[in-house]
Amino acid sequence: MAVMGKSGFADIPALFGRMTGDEKHEWAAASTLDVLWVLYDRVLDVSPDRVDDPDRDRFLLSKGHGPMAYYAVLAAKGYLDPSTLDTWTEWDSPLGLHPDRVLVKGAEIGSGSLGHGLPIAVGTALGLRLQGRTARTFVLVGDAELDEGSNHEAIALAGRLGLDRLVTVVVDNASGTYGWPGGVAKRFEVEGWQTSTVDGRDHDALHGAFTREHTGRPLAVVAEIGKGER
Amino acid sequence: MTGATTSMRQVFVDTVEDVMRHDPRVVVVLAEISRDAFARHERVINVGIREQAMVGVGGGLALSGMRPVVHTYAPFLVERPFEQIKLDFGHQDVGGVLVGIGGSYDDPAWGRTHQAPGDVALFDTLPGWAVRVPGHPDEVEPIVRDALRRDDRIYIRLSLRQNAAPNPVVEGFTEVRRGGQGVVVAVGPMLDTVLEATRDVDVTVLYATTVRPFDAAGLQAAVHQADQADVLLVEPYLEGTSAHLAAEALADVPHRLRSLGVRRDAELRAYGTAEDHDSAHDLDVLGIAAAVRRMFGHPAAAA
Repeated sequence: MAVMGKSGFADIPALFGRMTGDEKHEWAAASTLDVLWVLYDRVLDVSPDRVDDPDRDRFLLSKGHGPMAYYAVLAAKGYLDPSTLDTWTEWDSPLGLHPDRVLVKGAEIGSGSLGHGLPIAVGTALGLRLQGRTARTFVLVGDAELDEGSNHEAIALAGRLGLDRLVTVVVDNASGTYGWPGGVAKRFEVEGWQTSTVDGRDHDALHGAFTREHTGRPLAVVAEIGKGER
Repeated sequence: MTGATTSMRQVFVDTVEDVMRHDPRVVVVLAEISRDAFARHERVINVGIREQAMVGVGGGLALSGMRPVVHTYAPFLVERPFEQIKLDFGHQDVGGVLVGIGGSYDDPAWGRTHQAPGDVALFDTLPGWAVRVPGHPDEVEPIVRDALRRDDRIYIRLSLRQNAAPNPVVEGFTEVRRGGQGVVVAVGPMLDTVLEATRDVDVTVLYATTVRPFDAAGLQAAVHQADQADVLLVEPYLEGTSAHLAAEALADVPHRLRSLGVRRDAELRAYGTAEDHDSAHDLDVLGIAAAVRRMFGHPAAAA
């Protein structure tokens, strides 16, 4: 793979267009895009030449559905050659409708079935702590994904274990059928997490939420996105 | 039969704790069951009654570079979090050691909820899993030590049922007895019963603790040495679990194949003892001897 230059946020629409077609504007509706950009641009201690570094930060995309924003950000940050996007979902492309960590450089997990990323992130954060590493583990889930009971096993467990290098980002576009009365953050608060609910399109607010101290306990950042945006 | 020796589970616990002393990669994940069997240790994690999280955490620990040992009662290890086994280990392409207790029906008074005769058949739907079925507590230590040394995916099936004496632990099948009329494969704790049931029959008896990968070459060699290509599989889990692999091994040889194991056709709504259940599934000496007689003892079969 050729060495690739890094791109800015302004390049995202063009990268998106390589997957969706130029005439479409799906990038603007991608609910995860701003969260992903802020993480990869300003928060995560990662880079394409350190994908096997045991001390790198981990980002786990649990909500693997609708991965265009993820692929676009990975391309913008030099993990993927942008030309790879042109043939996504084809037979020999590494890029499917759900990411596969074995095929996509920089992808920490393969996802698609909901409710797997958060328990895996708890194990990853625990393993890093047991090895005395200070790397942080971030996992992105959707508000509807929280329907899956496995998340609630992991939320309770992470709180009890005091995993203070674990961050869950809940992209909340109010897509769950039954919703979360009182707000998504409450489900984490009662289990001992520090929480913060911010505008999921506001890069500075997201950055502030991701970098706030959460000594002794895990952090949940609820990134609110307008209902109907995907 | 159940001996007075240390249980398979205790040998498993002792071995893991011993290896943990010098291998910092090894970490244990539990879901309440066996929590008191392990001494307190920062690398023994009890997640509570959360089996999906137990397996997911195991996968995450493996992704972080550790060697997870995930352990609980068989149905809650294999059946309840089956998708986690498929995705959080297999699809993530990481390794781990899954150790189940309870066999198919070690404690039948607890009923169907605590029985998992389909466990090995379920692992057969997933690529890349080795399956070890020890038949004696002394066989558990080398199996566990080997599993902790490796990086791949291994399921170790422990039980209260055991043979009177251990056999050397090897990768393939071990010939315990040589005969001319055919081959009987006894898996793990079934060996003593098979030896008793075939006492007066001229058959080769192979003993298997490693059932996946299946020792096709070992079975072919045993069949080649016998006068007849007749094979009886005796497994302590779902009947016919290994039949497809035996058939594949003998694809180029006209052969007869019959399988004994836990019956598939009906849920057995009965309690009692494990021995009662052996009888109900024709896995006791009488049942196996009858099957052996039908296959090897009938004048037409011997002709």
